[in-house]
Amino acid sequence: MSAPFVAHTDAEIAEMLAFLGLEDLDGLFKEIPESLRLAGGLDLPPAMSEPDVAWRLDELASRNKPCGRDLVCFAGAGSYDHEIPAVVKAIASRSEFVTAYTPYQPEVSQGVLQAIFEYQTMIARLSGLEVANGSLYDGAAALVEAVNLAAVATGHRRVLCSEGVNPHWRQQLKTFSRGSGNEIETVPLSGGVTSWDEVDDEGPFGAVVVAAPNFVGCLEDIARARVVADGFGARLVVCFDPVSAGLLRSPGSLGADLVVGEGQPFGMAMGFGGPYLGLFACRLADVRRLPGRIVGETLDVEGRHAYVMTLRAREQDIRRERASSNVCTNQTLMAVTAAVQLSWLGPKGLREMALGCARATRYTREALCSIDGVQLLTSAPVLREFAVRTPVAPETLVERLVEDGYLAGVPIREGFEGTAYDGGLLVAATERRTRAEIDGYAAAFEKAIR
Amino acid sequence: MGAPLLARDSEPTIFEFSVPGRHAASFRTTNLPSWTAEELVPEGFLQSDPVALPEVSERDLVAHFTRLTHRQYSVDLGAYPLGSCTMKYNPKAADAGASLPGFTQVHPAAPVNCAQGWLELLVELEETLCAITGMHAATLQPAAGAAGELTGLLLMHAYHDANGESDRRRRVIIPDSAHGTNPASVTLSGYEVVTVGTNARGGVDLDALRGLLDDDVAGMMLTNPSTLGLFEEDIVEIAEAVHNVGGLLYYDGANLNAILGIVRPGDMGFDIVHLNVHKTFATPHGGGGPGAGPVAVSARLAPFLPGPRPTRDGAGYELTTPERSIGRVHSWHGNAVVLLRAWMYLRLNGGDGLKRASEIAVLNANWFNERVRGAYDIAFDRPVMHECVVSAKSLHDEVGLSALDVAKRLMELGFHPPTVYFPLIVEEALMVEPTETESPQTLSALADAFLQVARESREAGNADEAKAAPRTTPVRRVDDVRAARKLVVTFDQRRPD
Ligand SMILES: Cc1ncc(COP(=O)(O)O)c(C=O)c1O
Repeated sequence: MSAPFVAHTDAEIAEMLAFLGLEDLDGLFKEIPESLRLAGGLDLPPAMSEPDVAWRLDELASRNKPCGRDLVCFAGAGSYDHEIPAVVKAIASRSEFVTAYTPYQPEVSQGVLQAIFEYQTMIARLSGLEVANGSLYDGAAALVEAVNLAAVATGHRRVLCSEGVNPHWRQQLKTFSRGSGNEIETVPLSGGVTSWDEVDDEGPFGAVVVAAPNFVGCLEDIARARVVADGFGARLVVCFDPVSAGLLRSPGSLGADLVVGEGQPFGMAMGFGGPYLGLFACRLADVRRLPGRIVGETLDVEGRHAYVMTLRAREQDIRRERASSNVCTNQTLMAVTAAVQLSWLGPKGLREMALGCARATRYTREALCSIDGVQLLTSAPVLREFAVRTPVAPETLVERLVEDGYLAGVPIREGFEGTAYDGGLLVAATERRTRAEIDGYAAAFEKAIR
Repeated sequence: MGAPLLARDSEPTIFEFSVPGRHAASFRTTNLPSWTAEELVPEGFLQSDPVALPEVSERDLVAHFTRLTHRQYSVDLGAYPLGSCTMKYNPKAADAGASLPGFTQVHPAAPVNCAQGWLELLVELEETLCAITGMHAATLQPAAGAAGELTGLLLMHAYHDANGESDRRRRVIIPDSAHGTNPASVTLSGYEVVTVGTNARGGVDLDALRGLLDDDVAGMMLTNPSTLGLFEEDIVEIAEAVHNVGGLLYYDGANLNAILGIVRPGDMGFDIVHLNVHKTFATPHGGGGPGAGPVAVSARLAPFLPGPRPTRDGAGYELTTPERSIGRVHSWHGNAVVLLRAWMYLRLNGGDGLKRASEIAVLNANWFNERVRGAYDIAFDRPVMHECVVSAKSLHDEVGLSALDVAKRLMELGFHPPTVYFPLIVEEALMVEPTETESPQTLSALADAFLQVARESREAGNADEAKAAPRTTPVRRVDDVRAARKLVVTFDQRRPD
């Protein structure tokens, strides 16, 4: 028997066993009750060679229809087809970043620690708040943590959540509320934006949650949401789009207490949904409630700049059952990736990326809306994504357009059942979409709904 | 600006390299109308100043981050024997697989007929994980071990809910040796933590456990082998006792690397199992993530699994949500590309390779334990599994050498230290997990380094050498009190002293 990544020769194994006074490897496991031992080993196929595995993987890959090779991407809904330059892939695949553990030993982990510190700075600046953590699993996880923080900080478990928040994230608020006891109340959209006027409830609420821009693409008035939150003494949680942050006023500057988002656009492949990056920023006043890891600057014994994980007493390994979050492993490599991508972008590049998305989105929207039978689902202004209704069910439309080489968008269903948006199609065009691609898409779209 | 190569000079932040007007990004030529920001963004929404990101050339960007990599230890560089973390070698084949555009370029909301390869891979992975754990079905959504724990505890809730017993069952038992995520997850799941002690052999105190078990217990979380690196000998009795009061048994899979192909959690009586693929199945830790924490369950819990889940449908594959699902626990399908790496690792090993990996992991840990015996205290003198917990307690009493000092001195001798001060129930704990991928030569050098640290301190009658360590690392011991007091967590908070 052998294992591909074990170096031990039979002679070495025999020597080590002799040192331990054992006859065979089985002797190592004599503390395991015989009755439990697996007779005959695992019911799994035998080992495959590296080329055989690679071959099989290629075969599986050929059964996918990836964007780029097979499809031009007009799908978004939280996962976007953005530029990932070679330099980002090169740095993010450096094995010093890839194969390190959580930087518990700062003397030998300055590389990862400093990269996280730089990432935290960039996310704080993007969000318009003072501090950001070192990452959470994804946008949804960041939202769940933000709502938990708000509920604990305010002492109120009820949460007002706009229907414009990504429905998968809303569903997770619900999943985890079984444990947290948070009560989530949804405020409907009207014309594409949250109709706060429909809230007829005295509160109190611990959190008011709004997405800006929201799931159906519309810009939301954050200052208005701030007033609503103030009326209830609630924390204002804003789910922002970090790409739109290249054009829009920051949520922090408009009154957000907590800003969360999905960092996938900054260097992460769509990758069938992960690994992505949960962005989380808050005010300095909340920093001792912040979930997950945070890196701070300090000095070493010789007075040199050094970085270290700080405010550790908040975390699960120290606070145990009294910790407000259980996160341990996070998405550090994705945070490093985002820091590299944001440095590559710079202020000018981020703006160009956001503008590119907005231009492609407007051009696509105008092209689709000039087709007979296509109707924009919202009246409020949109930026990088929009929702339409067509005479054809969105699932059918998507399947038809795949035939022509386009991923047409994402059907709006889950979380919008029975609303005006149910059965719509969410369309996103990023800075990577060209006029020729969009013209081709619009032509195929027209054909598909006829 | 110099380019310090593992030198002591600090590396400036990327912000300090910034020069107004510098620029690295470039984009596709789109030939779209060049509408201005003012034309695209309604008044009142548009920012006045762009976000202050660093303005650097690609060359400076590469130099900066490459220099950071020179200030960072990693598995690729050498042994990384962190107990409980399973820092085994991460095969390069998986790096190649994880960058195949046929996988990475698939949108997570693409219709299933565009993702048949992905779904087939995920279904195969689920089946493989079930075979390894002896469970019935699994969700691949949780993004890490802790996320798996919370998912598992919500499944526990759902199960008791369905039996109409959720009001009564409020408590979850965990051993005092448990990892911090266990109690934290229990609280977040809405249950109350009850801690059970450890007996003289390092196992769960069975009498104490029996005293705690009542019909208000929802379940018990257990790591086996435990965080002491010991196999829980009474597991059959524990499972029976927990099941007798109607509780469920939860398996924290952080230590699964000890028992692949040897014994399965399902056969031990566990109902819910989380796995850390970033430990057991060699997906790289990424400096703290991403990982993946699939949760496998027995048949009676399968109806509650998160959805949507990849499932087989005749010759094809689709996504389905169990009728009584607890809902989503991830934005999409989990950390899919991490799961792909795990799939590759499992195929490269096969059933026999996995078993051999566990055997050698356990051999390495026992051999190491035996080598350092005498110089260090052995917390519980029993054969260990894939890791061992030794203690610097005597050394501390004799010459003032703490576990932390040992850790820092090991750095000078060329090794990443083991996990220190965990589990909490062992004083001056040094938890060593060599893993199967360290050769006998590396292992021997590691043991020699441990012995040297103990010997030189005892010979000198003090721990001064170790207390001064490390002196050869990019920075020396850091002031974490200052970090917390004078909080600087962004470059913008930096201010002169
Ligand atoms: C015993 C044990 N349980 C749970 C966890 C949590 O796993 P993760 O870091 O993947 O969330 C760890 C991780 O270190 C662990 O060692």
